[in-house]
Amino acid sequence: MNYKQPLELTGLIANLDAFFREHLSPFWASVVEGLLILIAIVALYAVIALALIYVERKITGFFQSRLGPNRLGKYGSIQSIADMIKILIKEIIHINRADRFLFYVAPFFVIGSSLMAFGAIPFGKGLQAVDFKMGVLYLIAVSSIGVLGVLLAGWSSNNKYSMLGAMRSGAQTISYELSAAFSLMTVVVLAGTMQLSEIVESQRYVWNIFNGHIPALVAFVIFLISGHAETNRGPFDLPEAEGELTAGYHTEYSGIQFGYYYLAEYLNMFIVAAIATTVFLGGWMPIQVHGWDGFNQVMWYIPSYVWFFGKTALLIFLSLWVRWTFPRLRIDILLNLEWKVLLPINLFNIVMMVITVLAGWTLTDLFPNLFGLA
Amino acid sequence: MKALIKYITDIFVAIKNLLKGMGVTWKQFWAKKVTMEYPENRDTLVISDRWRSELTMPHDENNEHACTACGICMMNCPNGTISVTSSTVETEDGKKKRVLDAYTWNQGSCTFCNLCVLTCPSKAIAFTNDFEGAVFNKEKLIYRLNQPGSKLREKKKTQ
Ligand code: SF4
Ligand code: SF4
Repeated sequence: MNYKQPLELTGLIANLDAFFREHLSPFWASVVEGLLILIAIVALYAVIALALIYVERKITGFFQSRLGPNRLGKYGSIQSIADMIKILIKEIIHINRADRFLFYVAPFFVIGSSLMAFGAIPFGKGLQAVDFKMGVLYLIAVSSIGVLGVLLAGWSSNNKYSMLGAMRSGAQTISYELSAAFSLMTVVVLAGTMQLSEIVESQRYVWNIFNGHIPALVAFVIFLISGHAETNRGPFDLPEAEGELTAGYHTEYSGIQFGYYYLAEYLNMFIVAAIATTVFLGGWMPIQVHGWDGFNQVMWYIPSYVWFFGKTALLIFLSLWVRWTFPRLRIDILLNLEWKVLLPINLFNIVMMVITVLAGWTLTDLFPNLFGLA
Repeated sequence: MKALIKYITDIFVAIKNLLKGMGVTWKQFWAKKVTMEYPENRDTLVISDRWRSELTMPHDENNEHACTACGICMMNCPNGTISVTSSTVETEDGKKKRVLDAYTWNQGSCTFCNLCVLTCPSKAIAFTNDFEGAVFNKEKLIYRLNQPGSKLREKKKTQ
């Protein structure tokens, strides 16, 4: 079935591609397109970070019975731009007896890892920069580079608070990565592929979270918890527990270097939500019901990137909601939660998922004619 | 086996309790916000009467105040914030009498302890809750409280 999709960007992208291919040699066309995509991704990265900082502060305010930023611009909407300018013109303080090279290199690990993960996310129909065959594995791999930056930052700052914060963060991130990876693997079992575009395509009529019902739901919740923990945000923000560690691993950073950590933290929150959306909630796929062509057409009028950002925004809201509800965990409780609760459940869950898939208990197997597969 | 059952029930209890907490914050999210947007709400702003921010010397309609220039407030002020200058004049019936020349109060060094008001035997001064006292330099914080041309209210008149 072909639906009208008036607001999609696929046509624009195809035209651009044709334009470059026509006027340049194939090699230079690829170079120019690559550069354009790079610029687009970095710009999107910055814009999303600014928007998220504003949204986070506003929502935080609401959860605390405050209004949040409300002075600069309508409803304080350009507050985060002012903050960005402020952070850009701040002095970078040089630390005596710090390991200079590692100290300056550390933020780039963090931001680089989140940028690389960001690049592989399918934002909409035809809006994915790289579509690896091993997409899910790639995401897990690049997002674990970030912890290197955190550890280096803590070690090179020559400061005990930073060191403790970094060790905590390292222990936490590495442990929870395990859970995140396992829950993603659960979905890979269900979808039968690691390619993100195919995972999205396979959720055309039923999202993975419904298709795999109980095991998928468990995997979804575990992914949210561990993704949350991986990004070091409350209630798992003990690497930077202000009361104990001043600011944790980035205590000694100032100016734009601190800005990198700040940016990466927000973007990681977005990336976790985006991965969860793509893998569990159908990604950019509009809600469609097999056979209801009129309904599907209406849904397709809403462009796919709106669907993607809408679903992601819901998950981000959930993450903020959790952040402002639960108190911070102690480090041993945190590790207990991972190793004694989440990991066993996860291992059990992945076996359950294999059984579900093999025994044909997924929704698509049980009711094939509902989803146009019969 | 018992341990396993406890392990599993613990997980469900934990989930239930966490959801309960999220319910509380959900209500809070939609609750009325307590933030006061100050310059906009100036008309409806309520400042408690007990709030002390500006020292005043109330004058009546005849431009008369109750300060006898005794200087007790000046002596009691822990910060040397008040200075009372007076001069002695001779009244028609030949009595010598002290009159107030200038009563200056420096808001910049006042801690709003209220000792001056409490110790004044004539109840000549009072604090108001007019809190918008910000000025651009500290010289402007020195106020003269007695109005020009004002004089002491005669005791008999009030009785
Ligand atoms: S309130 Fe206290 S500090 Fe201020 S003028 Fe009176 S006695 Fe002095
Ligand atoms: S204000 Fe009261 S205490 Fe102070 S000089 Fe006047 S009468 Fe005396």
